[in-house]
Amino acid sequence: MDQLLQLLEGDCTLSHKQLAAMVGTSEEKIGESIRRYEEENIILGYKAVIDWDAVKREDVTALIEVKVEPQRGDGFDRVAERIYQYEEVEACYLMSGDFDMTVIISGKTLQEVAMFVSQKLSAIDAVKATATHFILKKYKENHLIFKVLEKQEEGFYFV
Amino acid sequence: MNYSTIMNRRIQAVPPSAIRKYFDLLEDMPNAISLGIGEPDFPTPWHIRDAGIYSLEKGLTKYSPNRGFSELLRQISAYMKRRFDLNYEPMSQILVTVGGSEGIDLALRCLIEPGDEVIVPTPSFVCYSPLVSMSCGVPVFVETKAENEFRLTAEELKAAITPRTKALVLPYPCNPTGGIMEREDLAAIAQVLEGTDIMIVSDEIYAELTYGSHHVSPANLPELYDRTIVVNGFSKAYSMTGWRLGYLCAPKEICSQMVKLHQYGIMSAPTVSQYAAIEALEFGDNDIEAMRTEYNGRRRFLLDGFRTLGMECFEPKGAFYMFPNVTKISGLTSDEFCTQFLQAEQVAIIPGSAFGPGGEGFARCCYATSMKELAAALERLEHFLKHR
Repeated sequence: MDQLLQLLEGDCTLSHKQLAAMVGTSEEKIGESIRRYEEENIILGYKAVIDWDAVKREDVTALIEVKVEPQRGDGFDRVAERIYQYEEVEACYLMSGDFDMTVIISGKTLQEVAMFVSQKLSAIDAVKATATHFILKKYKENHLIFKVLEKQEEGFYFV
Repeated sequence: MNYSTIMNRRIQAVPPSAIRKYFDLLEDMPNAISLGIGEPDFPTPWHIRDAGIYSLEKGLTKYSPNRGFSELLRQISAYMKRRFDLNYEPMSQILVTVGGSEGIDLALRCLIEPGDEVIVPTPSFVCYSPLVSMSCGVPVFVETKAENEFRLTAEELKAAITPRTKALVLPYPCNPTGGIMEREDLAAIAQVLEGTDIMIVSDEIYAELTYGSHHVSPANLPELYDRTIVVNGFSKAYSMTGWRLGYLCAPKEICSQMVKLHQYGIMSAPTVSQYAAIEALEFGDNDIEAMRTEYNGRRRFLLDGFRTLGMECFEPKGAFYMFPNVTKISGLTSDEFCTQFLQAEQVAIIPGSAFGPGGEGFARCCYATSMKELAAALERLEHFLKHR
């Protein structure tokens, strides 16, 4: 059922009927598989990718590099848990390289993000240092490009 | 001046396109869905475009050798071996052309003497017959049948052969039917051709787009290799239609004659496109796979949709077209059906009659378009069938 997951990852608005035809199975089987994937948390959720700049909603997104002191027994997981539970955190990854974690957060204003970093993130004992990078412009997210693609002139041609 | 008495009569005798009216109607329909144009909806994969751009940055903008850049010829040779198990010597058996279309033209012109007959299975791509006529040849149509999955049968071929038969066009995988020819079908054709000098012009532009079974070229059959000119190109496999790049693979004696036609008429294929094509052949196998997988999902979806609506439609095994029977369900001719469907529901499909004898009763629906559009087209079709 890898094929089903790939199709849903590409476009989760496909109906069960469409998916069934594309995979070559019944609608019931598709429904059953999806339910199972959801129960097992293999499918975590379904979201639209929105270009908020295009509707003039002002918000700020920042990528924060975090250096973390690993905890005895739990490694980084315990710290990560304390970070990612904040509503403001969009994404949280354990990294290889110069720093340990990447945290992506969004807020309404620069101050809001700055406050979060200084008062919440840095306040966690195991967090040793942070470096905040504000995202200035989004070009692409989840394989989707943030601009209207140019349309080529179509003339009469018959192929 | 009376131009009609001045201009070449054979060219004037070629009728204008029968389906232009659909495209003219479409222009005034902003919400129209077009399943009419046979063109991939994907942009050319970025790494291929980037290779073209890079060649421009480096200033590689001169003519190429007439046959094409030697690196491209080598890559085509390796590709034909890798993908289709066909052996063509790069420097003597391959010619790079301006699209598959030029390839078809060169192959036909290279063979036809005035009055020679060329057998064209139909329904098929619209260019074969005009190109034959404009080369002073005589197209001989052979109707293929839905019950044979639009394959050309040995009996149909045998019945069409005369002492004037010069060549046979094999347009498989087929536009507009989606039909393919498998090895045993080709073996039967080979038996009919045995002992004749009839050449095969095999238009394999959709060779990468088969679903289920792998494409077999007539040139894969040892008994047909010497009489086969393979036409292929980059448009469909790599979604490179606008780059206008194709190629011919043929016995070297024929290739060297086609080179003459190409060098005096065209000079050489576009340089930038050739550099992009080298990248495509070297690193593009995965792109083909991804696009084929996508088309296959749409194909299954559309076929399922037609059949659910009660339309008769054979399962196409190649290309990206569905060719349902529109007459049985509506009592209309294919032209009436397509015109009314377009006017009532603003969905453009092409009447089978536009593709030559045997096409009447059917309509071509191209599924190289998004799932959203296909789903909407099916909804509109359902509405049309219920309320017309």
